[in-house]
Amino acid sequence: MRISRASVLVLGALSALVLAIVYLPLVIVTINSFNTSMNMEWPPPGFTFLWWQKAFGSAGLLAALTTSVVIAMCSAAIALVLGTLLALALSRYSFFGKEPIGLMVILPIALPGIVTGLALNNAFRTVLGMQLSMATVIVAHATFCIVTVYNNVLARLSRTNKNLEDASADLGAGVATTFWRVTLPQIRTALIAGGLLAFALSFDEIIVTTFTAGANVETLPIWILNNMFRPGKAPVVNVVAVTTVLISVVPLFLAQRLTREPSGR
Amino acid sequence: MPSSSVVAGATDVVAPARRISSYLYKHVRARLALLLAAPVLWLGLVYIASLLMLLITAFWTIDDYTGDTQVAWNLDNITSLFTDSLYATVTARTIGIALAVTLIDVLLALPIAFFMSKVAGPKLRNVMAISVLLPLWASYLVKAYAWRSVLSDKGALQWILEPLGLHTPGYSLFGAAITLGYLWLPFVILPIYGGLEKVPSNLLEASSDLGASTWTTIRRVVFPIVLPSIIAGAIFAFSLTLGDYITINIVGGANQMLGNLIYTNVGTANNLPMASALALVPIAIMFFYPAAVRRTGALKNL
Repeated sequence: MRISRASVLVLGALSALVLAIVYLPLVIVTINSFNTSMNMEWPPPGFTFLWWQKAFGSAGLLAALTTSVVIAMCSAAIALVLGTLLALALSRYSFFGKEPIGLMVILPIALPGIVTGLALNNAFRTVLGMQLSMATVIVAHATFCIVTVYNNVLARLSRTNKNLEDASADLGAGVATTFWRVTLPQIRTALIAGGLLAFALSFDEIIVTTFTAGANVETLPIWILNNMFRPGKAPVVNVVAVTTVLISVVPLFLAQRLTREPSGR
Repeated sequence: MPSSSVVAGATDVVAPARRISSYLYKHVRARLALLLAAPVLWLGLVYIASLLMLLITAFWTIDDYTGDTQVAWNLDNITSLFTDSLYATVTARTIGIALAVTLIDVLLALPIAFFMSKVAGPKLRNVMAISVLLPLWASYLVKAYAWRSVLSDKGALQWILEPLGLHTPGYSLFGAAITLGYLWLPFVILPIYGGLEKVPSNLLEASSDLGASTWTTIRRVVFPIVLPSIIAGAIFAFSLTLGDYITINIVGGANQMLGNLIYTNVGTANNLPMASALALVPIAIMFFYPAAVRRTGALKNL
């Protein structure tokens, strides 16, 4: 098929426009975090570092950051254990019920967040009679984070050679020894990548969090949501928004590098 | 070798561990059960059981005096979904926004996905694919918030539109549709791009060799092959919009979507049975929608 020069130009222009639309809002938030205007006036009347100073001096903000990091680390840890076990079971064995189990891992992320959030809220409060707390957030986050670890480890296991594990067993290594000395070294980077993705997923999550967090639990996204509508808070929210993106992009970037398929080199 | 030295020096202390290990080695089922137990129990008890409880709770009620959830089976919540005008209006509005968002996303995704797969060289294609993926990594909340500043009365959009004699849509249903379309755009571009990548180039050459114009080739050859991918992308945009209630709060003014009603029923109204009944609406639509789309897709293929 020959695409005429005019069509190429039109398509190129449209694509460039779409990409510009994708990035402009994020650029604007970043610039607004230095904007002297209190109500995000555009173009900015002047620039200041005041909001960044305020943000880093805010005790409530640092507490929210700590809460988010603790929740993300605990959920990622649980997801690492459960996701790895599941990936090992589904990649190395064939058994009845494999398909439904594969579906069950994806479901918490495939269903709208509001359904997951409400289902867990209802189960914690009505069925179990529990108070919502930080632990309920961790349980909820771990549930939808399992899939990131599972996917990464499963993809890696499908590329590793099961014969190595058989050889290890034939040479007299026990089940645990084979896992620690043969399987684990092969899936180590996939585990790190899956864990980092789980961390980033939990760190950013807002919808399920609003349904499962106790009244005294304030994660960074909840802090943003609570302060967004308060008069005079907008500039600091811009700073937190930029910081949040930076904190979640770093682990995702590392995860991307760790799982890159070995190229021809 | 270190492992053989362990075996050689095996004492009675090592023996039980060794025995468990050889038991597990011989019994595949036991090994499998050990691997599956924790994750299946977690997902089954925490998640699947919760989902089932959600379906059941929709048929319960709350005590009017204490506000506690009561096990009293009835269909009141389900009937009020259809009879209460607030619920009907909000459901219709939510579906309307979801359709608008789907349309916006497919229209924006088609040209860029086509350019990436059929016009751009390998290098540019990689750069573009990464550029489309990258924003997925930025927090959903931050992106919605970014649009709050873009759409505001003194924001960037107003600054661009003012010289043209236009006005920013501001915090409105339209503003919410734009923002939601923005949020889900990568989810629509990627499957369509993946679908276009699968269209073999020689098929396109054959079509033009046989005298078809570019437009005819796109319409008669490319489109039917890519349609399932477009539908996949459309389902993402539609279902993600159905469950959203944060974006409409941030950029939708005073308008409500289904999610807001669910959230209010959980929080201030503290009526979990009603919230559960409302949650059945997106679940039901998500089961019905792919079936309906498949039917229209099948019709188009005739």
